[in-house]
Amino acid sequence: MSFTDMAHNQPPDGSNAGGRNGARERPPEWADGLKQLYDSVVEEALPDSFKDLLDQLDAIPPARGQGGSRTSADGPDTSQ
Amino acid sequence: MSDGGRPDTPRTASEKSDFKRDLTQVVPHLRAFARGLCGRPDVADDLVQETLLKAWAAQDRFEPGTSMRAWTFVILRNAYLTDMRRNRFRGEYDEGVAERILTAPAGQEGPIHLSDLHRALLTLPAERREALLLVGAGGFSYEEAAQICGCAVGTIKSRVGRARAALTEMLASGNIPRRSTEDEVAHRAILEELDMVAAGNGVSTQG
Repeated sequence: MSFTDMAHNQPPDGSNAGGRNGARERPPEWADGLKQLYDSVVEEALPDSFKDLLDQLDAIPPARGQGGSRTSADGPDTSQ
Repeated sequence: MSDGGRPDTPRTASEKSDFKRDLTQVVPHLRAFARGLCGRPDVADDLVQETLLKAWAAQDRFEPGTSMRAWTFVILRNAYLTDMRRNRFRGEYDEGVAERILTAPAGQEGPIHLSDLHRALLTLPAERREALLLVGAGGFSYEEAAQICGCAVGTIKSRVGRARAALTEMLASGNIPRRSTEDEVAHRAILEELDMVAAGNGVSTQG
């Protein structure tokens, strides 16, 4: 899926949510910028804090890995 | 996105190793998604670390062979919404995050500043912002984004369409708040929507 694809998709509710005149015929000019923002973070070197955390995970048993008081309150929070 | 596809059965050492490998590989994507959602890099990284711990704790519920990225995005999204309800995030924007300037495509009138785009993005209601990030930046299909957000495909399409229209309008008019934290209207709208969610009305009913 890309903004090129999105630009040709009619909003399902039949509204003019897709934009003003001509907006559906081409990707918005900022579409590449949005992807660029995302990709720039993906390409960043991973901070040491993440490496440290990942290294420590093996010592944390599953279902007990959340730590703190939020563990029991929130659960894994993978539900909708 | 269901996380209940597999009973809570203990994993073998090999499965645990595979899980950790896959989890490690999605960290950059989690950081990018979180950065888009909440703006500030440090707060976003805290959210990702919280997500990693939750994912690790729930690893027995992950079904091998399915998308780790989609599964962890659900966890991150839920953690974000929970923290939003606690007013931890204010859609803050880091001025240093995007100093670069995009070169406008041929035929366009002027360059778009990434910083403007990011600020504009942060003024969108949370559910539209996440829909746009998932589809427009993360490369998820509408169907996958709908599963992650727990709503209908048509709802995601509507949200993306409305987000696109709003961003296009803001960027074309130059009517972008200097800092999103000063846009009390936008934040009030977000918090009101979250109150609706908390009241059980469900964010998925919002187009």
